[in-house]
Amino acid sequence: MVPLSYYLILSGILFACGVTGFLIKRNIITIFMSIELMLNAVNLTFVAFAAELRMLSGHVFVFFVMVVAAAEAAVGLAIIISVFRTRETLNVDRVNLLKL
Amino acid sequence: MHLALFIIFGAVCIGAAINLLVQKHPINSALSLIVVMGSLALLYLLLGAEFVAAVQVIVYAGAVMVLFVFVIMLLNAGEEERTPHGSRVAIMLGVPGLIVGLGIGVYVVARYAGLDRIAIGGPAILNGTEGFGNPRAVAQLLFRDYLLPFEVTSILILIAILGAVVLARREE
Repeated sequence: MVPLSYYLILSGILFACGVTGFLIKRNIITIFMSIELMLNAVNLTFVAFAAELRMLSGHVFVFFVMVVAAAEAAVGLAIIISVFRTRETLNVDRVNLLKL
Repeated sequence: MHLALFIIFGAVCIGAAINLLVQKHPINSALSLIVVMGSLALLYLLLGAEFVAAVQVIVYAGAVMVLFVFVIMLLNAGEEERTPHGSRVAIMLGVPGLIVGLGIGVYVVARYAGLDRIAIGGPAILNGTEGFGNPRAVAQLLFRDYLLPFEVTSILILIAILGAVVLARREE
């Protein structure tokens, strides 16, 4: 017997970790992993509410979020590879062509 | 029993997520993320979401993270180098971001304190709604009510594959 709020707190903490990683990390791959962490936190919220409200639609939405995350990972990692080929670095501070 | 499992795997989850932030080498962060996803799959099982737990392990902990690890190895990503300046804004915003996230969590607790009586898992799943969240139930919903979105996702995946191939191709 676990209260719904516990799942929401866990999800909030995971999302906060993802946001923090997105902001403080400088390696582009780690930043991308932080985004995946945030998506996972949202998925946990979906599943917790689906179980609490007895609605199966939440599981279907989690499925769609996973599909979008997989597509995003494929395209994002391809972009990272192509950035590395042209800039020879993974540090986001060195990818500053648009910076004034 | 449910609460004990929740606390154990929730703690593993948070510990691995913090480890992801602390580690300098991307491969360590990737392995921490696999631990997070594995324990999340167990939490999904606790919530009665069998199909989602299986997909979490197969798609996330399997396919997506293998892709990450391969890219880390391919690009020979080493230790994260800290640039002396430029990330000051991020450092200033990161701590408030964490505080805001925790604040939202605390707000949810205070707001939904009445919901604490409604507990998840346990007998509620066992009696009455047998098989909630198993692949059969999810498939019936997915292929009946959500058939069009499901087909659209297949097109999305196809576009993503083509885009990945085009972007990662070495230009002659």
